[in-house]
Amino acid sequence: MLARLADDTLRGSLPLFLPELVVVATIVLLLLGRVSGFDRLIGPAVVALVGSATACGVAVMQLDAMFAAGRTDAPLFSGLLSCTYVGVYVKVLAAAAAAFTVLLTGTTKLPDREDGPDYYTMLLGVTLGAMLTASAEHLLMVVVAIEMMSVPGYVLVGFQKGRAKSGEAALKYLVFGSGASGTMLYGTSLIAGTLGTASLDEIGVVLAAGTLPAGGTAVSLGVLFLTAGVAFKLSLVPFHFWSPDAYEGAPAEAAGFLSVAPKVAAFVVLVRLVEMLPADAAAGSGLIDTPRFGMLLAGLSAASMTLGNLGAFFQRDLKRLLAYSSISHAGYLTMGVVAFACAGDRQGLSGLLYYSAAYVAMNLGLFAVVAVVRRLTRGESVDAVAGIGTRKPVLGLAAVVCAVGLIGLPPTGGFIGKIAVFAATYAAGLNGSAAVTPWCWGLLACAGVNTVLGLFVYLRIVKAMYFEPYDGPADLPRVHPVEVGCLLLALAAVVATGVTIAPLSAVTDAAVGVSTP
Amino acid sequence: MTDAALLSLVVFLPALSAGAIVAFDGENRGAIRRFANLTTLAVVGLLFGLVLPRYLAQSPDEAGYRLVVDLPWVPGWGIGYRLGLDGLSLPLLLLTGVVSHLAMWASAGITKQTKGYLILFLLLETGMLGSFVALDFLLFYVFFEVMLLPMYFLIGLWGGPRKEYAAIKFFLYTLVGSVLMLIVMLMAYAGSSGVAGGATFDLPTLTAIGSGRVDTVEFSGKVQCWAFAMLLIAFLIKLPAVPFHTWLPDAHVEAPTPVSMILAGVLLKVGGYGLLRIAYPLFPLGAAYFADVVVWLGVVSILYGAFVALAQTDFKRLVAYSSVSHMGYVLLGIGIWSPAAADTAAWQMGMNGAVFQMIGHGITSVGMFFLVGVLYDRVKHRDMREMGGLLTVMPRYGGLSIGIFFAAMGLPGLCGFWGEVFPVLAAWSFSPWATVLAATGVILTAGYMLFAVQRIYLGPRYIGPRGEQLVPMTASEKWIAGLVMTAAVVFGVYPRPVFDVAGPAVARITADAQTGVETAEVRKVARAENEATQ
Repeated sequence: MLARLADDTLRGSLPLFLPELVVVATIVLLLLGRVSGFDRLIGPAVVALVGSATACGVAVMQLDAMFAAGRTDAPLFSGLLSCTYVGVYVKVLAAAAAAFTVLLTGTTKLPDREDGPDYYTMLLGVTLGAMLTASAEHLLMVVVAIEMMSVPGYVLVGFQKGRAKSGEAALKYLVFGSGASGTMLYGTSLIAGTLGTASLDEIGVVLAAGTLPAGGTAVSLGVLFLTAGVAFKLSLVPFHFWSPDAYEGAPAEAAGFLSVAPKVAAFVVLVRLVEMLPADAAAGSGLIDTPRFGMLLAGLSAASMTLGNLGAFFQRDLKRLLAYSSISHAGYLTMGVVAFACAGDRQGLSGLLYYSAAYVAMNLGLFAVVAVVRRLTRGESVDAVAGIGTRKPVLGLAAVVCAVGLIGLPPTGGFIGKIAVFAATYAAGLNGSAAVTPWCWGLLACAGVNTVLGLFVYLRIVKAMYFEPYDGPADLPRVHPVEVGCLLLALAAVVATGVTIAPLSAVTDAAVGVSTP
Repeated sequence: MTDAALLSLVVFLPALSAGAIVAFDGENRGAIRRFANLTTLAVVGLLFGLVLPRYLAQSPDEAGYRLVVDLPWVPGWGIGYRLGLDGLSLPLLLLTGVVSHLAMWASAGITKQTKGYLILFLLLETGMLGSFVALDFLLFYVFFEVMLLPMYFLIGLWGGPRKEYAAIKFFLYTLVGSVLMLIVMLMAYAGSSGVAGGATFDLPTLTAIGSGRVDTVEFSGKVQCWAFAMLLIAFLIKLPAVPFHTWLPDAHVEAPTPVSMILAGVLLKVGGYGLLRIAYPLFPLGAAYFADVVVWLGVVSILYGAFVALAQTDFKRLVAYSSVSHMGYVLLGIGIWSPAAADTAAWQMGMNGAVFQMIGHGITSVGMFFLVGVLYDRVKHRDMREMGGLLTVMPRYGGLSIGIFFAAMGLPGLCGFWGEVFPVLAAWSFSPWATVLAATGVILTAGYMLFAVQRIYLGPRYIGPRGEQLVPMTASEKWIAGLVMTAAVVFGVYPRPVFDVAGPAVARITADAQTGVETAEVRKVARAENEATQ
């Protein structure tokens, strides 16, 4: 028994757990470096960069192997985690976002020499949490992993110790976050108490069998509580109140990272919840089935994109604006899950993954612009970027391309992602049951209207950058070459996902198990 | 060079040049401008030197296209890099090349941030050229959208006093249309999932489904009506037709002269082209259902545009509203289809006229906007009440202007004539009332044109400010206006080239649409019988 367990752990699980192990090793290295004074020799930023880049590389190699060998899901550590195609995909995104953020903070001088190890430890902690969340296979593990990615996040938000705004933001985030995890824990206990198991696979089997004697309502409630917790991480309306404050208080680099990595990971949990539910619950059982869950998500999605856009419209602070923008984008991304829940359309999940990759690039790019502008002008408002576009072409170009991507215009990944989730939502309305059709098509119409509304939000940045006169100091500092590199990297990713689509779409299709002709 | 390489080169050459211009020194305006000029000239050269002969030498494939390119782009999602030309797109493609070059030539007066201007200009040209050669719905959409952002900047940065308002209005209107088109695109994509090879964005395949030539798949009547209505709005915004036209006067008036030339000369045609290439072939049932709407919107646009033009005092606004009126003939010619009458001869005539009107208006509106620009460069205002007597001060300018005005007015022997007279004549069998009203529009057109000629060119003398600035046209200005005038005369006297090229394509579109409606009827009857026997 012990021997089998050891064998399973050492040979089966640990190799597949390698990306996480690399991140863990980096964290340990960072902490040891501080104790031993080793961080004076090699800066913590370098260690963190190498670590996150390696983790990203390892995950890419895993993804590559899975793509070559076909789809294989492997349980890890006796079923608490599992190594799934989707999970590995998300790990790549999370590690890449971490590497990008480390690279950027190295030049924007966010953490000084003393704080460096702490800062990068927290950043990698969030990354690790996101990776675990993406591979959680057990409700308890889901809760723990989400906690793992939230707690370092609170620290990242409040990292600028002197700033009152920062502290307030961190506190707000912490209070909301604790509430959300409490809710999730409660939901877990309801489900586990009713069904006697908290393993997602086992729950799925029990619910699909339709033999649930009683307690369907309790399970439904549990699912709703879990959804609320996940929606908090996704900042879906009405669980979004924390995000504008948290993003405003946080430094732009951290806000950018927090707006992508945890979000993408939380989507995996949302998809796992849908997969756990039965496609058709018997009437009177009180159990929520996937079409009804899809309708619920459709409502959240429509509310998020609308309120996100409307909220963003009136913001003067760029980070608040981007916070609302990421609320509305959480809405668009949720459309992929809605399509999956409503009609079992896995193409929607492929669209979700594609859109996520583009979203990561666009958001990191735009937040990087904000971070660089802050370093150059000390301002983070829409007025601070006035006239910057012609003075610093790289900043202008990156902002325009990312903004165009967030509006959803070609030739950017934002357009392709949007079209993929839109197509899936339309198809779900076409192929789904009569009950879900109005929800899907209504959501699609709402998304169309919001695409137009989004124009005003993102063009404000573009307009300020190019149309308004520059009135800052005469001698702006130089944009650091590494910053230029970061911006160009994000820009290249946004455009590449919009032009050479097939390589990535083949991976996302394979990841969710859509056969391609 | 293969067809794929040739068409790709034509489309992407401006974009590549735009990339190359980034490397230029922004202060060296002359060099950048020469390079950009050379690029647009090279596109014209490629179009007339290689594309046109090759087009004439090839025979069309079974879908009616030549120089067809079909390369995989996103095979998993049915998206292809599909290009091709037929009699509908070829004239518009050539027009785009020529108008772009003329507009580039006319850009000599742009001295503010020349580098950025030329980069955006060239990106815009790639978007325009691409729209007319794309045979994949998604690719068409991509090119369609690629035009948006450069245009937004070109109006918003180099435009007149209300440039920002005009730029955002243009962007907003077009984006509304684009989003509607996006949804239609997804409807067509989802609806085509039954064809061999899975759902696709391939326009020839979607056309085959729309015309009922695919046995297994069809777009239902309801889908077609919704899809057609949404596409109609999308393209009517672009065309533009009343009541979706309000962005146009602002955009045209605020845009700098070369950009106005492109807007009127090419961008409006994308609307008509989209109707002919996508809306009618894919969704004939919807087109039949909305035939009256299309025709009457055309008539209303003709009359409304003309009436509003009559009331203008701003020279450029007058030309802008004349565009609304003139594009109304395009809509009228496209729309006059009565599916109940199996004979499509009248419809073909109208549609041929519509295609000709797009070319003719491309020539005259480019000329008129250019002439407005020439005048504005000198006296810095466009108020027609303060003008007069230009024919004596600038006789060459006055002469060319009056010639181009007459061409726009539709005087026989000039290029505006065919595009107005064909749709109006053909409309008779559809609705005599529409014909009568549209014909009235011709009189109104003559009214506002002559009124403008009288106020600007005739009269004893110029009474506005800066009269001393009224110097004769420069050599390049004479060349541009002269070329436009020549084209107006050539196509007015000998319209055959356009009709000969466009005729087969138009015949095909009309026949396909008619077949589509008839097949749908047959299938409906068969289904009813099937249900009755069960």
